Amino acid sequence: MLHLVLFLVFGTICVAGAINLLVQSHPISSALSLVVVMASLAVEYLLLGAEFVAAVQVIVYAGAVMVLFVFVIMLLNAGVEERTKGSRVALILGIPGVLAGGLLVAWVLIERTGTATVGLGALPGFPKTIGNLLFHDFLLPFEVTSVLVLIAIMGAVVLASRPEPKNPEKES
Amino acid sequence: MLSLPIFLVASVVKIVLVIFILLTAVAYTVWLERKVVGHMQNRWGPSRVGPFGLLQPLADGVKFLLKEDLTPPHVYRPLFIAAPMIAVICALTSISVIPFGTAIPVAGHIIPLQITDLNIGLLVILGVTSIGVYGVALAGWSSNSKYSLLGGLRASAQMVSYEICLGLSLVGVLIVSGSFSLQQIVESQRGYFWGFIPKWNIFYGCQFVAFFIYLMAAYAETNRIPFDLPEAETELVAGYHTEYSAMKFAMFFMAEYANMITVACLATILFLGGGNGPLFGPPLLRLILPTFYFVAKVFVFLFTYIWVRGTLPRFRYDQLMAFGWKFLFPLAIANLVVTALVVAYRS
Repeated sequence: MLHLVLFLVFGTICVAGAINLLVQSHPISSALSLVVVMASLAVEYLLLGAEFVAAVQVIVYAGAVMVLFVFVIMLLNAGVEERTKGSRVALILGIPGVLAGGLLVAWVLIERTGTATVGLGALPGFPKTIGNLLFHDFLLPFEVTSVLVLIAIMGAVVLASRPEPKNPEKES
Repeated sequence: MLSLPIFLVASVVKIVLVIFILLTAVAYTVWLERKVVGHMQNRWGPSRVGPFGLLQPLADGVKFLLKEDLTPPHVYRPLFIAAPMIAVICALTSISVIPFGTAIPVAGHIIPLQITDLNIGLLVILGVTSIGVYGVALAGWSSNSKYSLLGGLRASAQMVSYEICLGLSLVGVLIVSGSFSLQQIVESQRGYFWGFIPKWNIFYGCQFVAFFIYLMAAYAETNRIPFDLPEAETELVAGYHTEYSAMKFAMFFMAEYANMITVACLATILFLGGGNGPLFGPPLLRLILPTFYFVAKVFVFLFTYIWVRGTLPRFRYDQLMAFGWKFLFPLAIANLVVTALVVAYRS
């Protein structure tokens, strides 16, 4: 019962944050709404019994990634966005598209309730279980992912670094 | 297990007590700092209000409450007001998973001296502190002044950078103790090596390196000298809280000192064995001693903070980043590898 109430409360906060993210005209407010979305998602994970995933969600997404977002927005000194009426394509295609998508999701959820719900604590949420899964059962995919991330980091470094000036006199 | 009503009552009592003690500790850490730094600089420090200036924190508190709370006209109000709240809430929340001593029996129930023992206690502290960065960053940005913005940017860059070293230095301890729960980490440090050296993590393998990394990263995380660039007086007036006055400024101040205390508690638990120590005497004394040891260790750590402040000058900003990324970070990785090898060899 308590879980259901908490789930509904934080689900509402999550959706409200997502809507606020779109409505706000200032980039910082939008970024902060995204933080709210991430944090309430973490609470939802916690309610499912996935403690570790919840903590990592807060540390990595709300704590690290979004701080960098906010940092960049502050550095760029981005101002208030202009409000437009929106494009016609979005009106014609977007709203029916969203409606169709929503109906599809709702239909799947109603048709197959048995598979769509997860029992409380049914996910392997304890740090030890996750550690065993990551470093034992799925070791190869995990390591390959880490190499992938490494490549991405190196790519970013290459892109960000300025080419060495070959002739210092030409530089200025 | 406790029954629900007793659990609720015990929790509420514990929360109120811990917050009260924490805030008092914050006030008297400020007093201690002024007094100790004063003596280090050959002056008296606060000495007028009460004996040894002991009532000075009360006077300061009254002053903060009664001063005019000025909001400059050019600030972005919602965030300007929210920022100090975020800072202080995060600083006070992270104390909730700290175990202060052994469980004590109260009226037939065993009550642990800890608000809650989570399976992921350590991660909760890391998560809450990483949210705390927003307080500083948003304060700097919403003040709409160049000093504040620079201070906020410096603070968030510094905190994000050093959080990595902080996290990595803790992984070694986690490998040794095999748990995220702070209670179990303390338990794993009970006993002695060869009968006389306490089995604290700092004496295990090369964990003193991890302790050194943790110490440096903790100073940087709490924006203390020698890493107090976010509020470098000589360059930035007061950094991210330049535009704040009265109680809002006091909130940042409280957050800084509460963070110091949390970091000291964490160091005590992770590296210095928490409330472990020689137990002797009658049963009542045996109950009190762990808490006494815990407080004593935290006090030593806080004193080191103040000592360092009285001793070292401030880093330059490029030195700060180079120290963090080019020295501490590789050192932390090396420590991690060596610790993993040592643990694998011993098991």
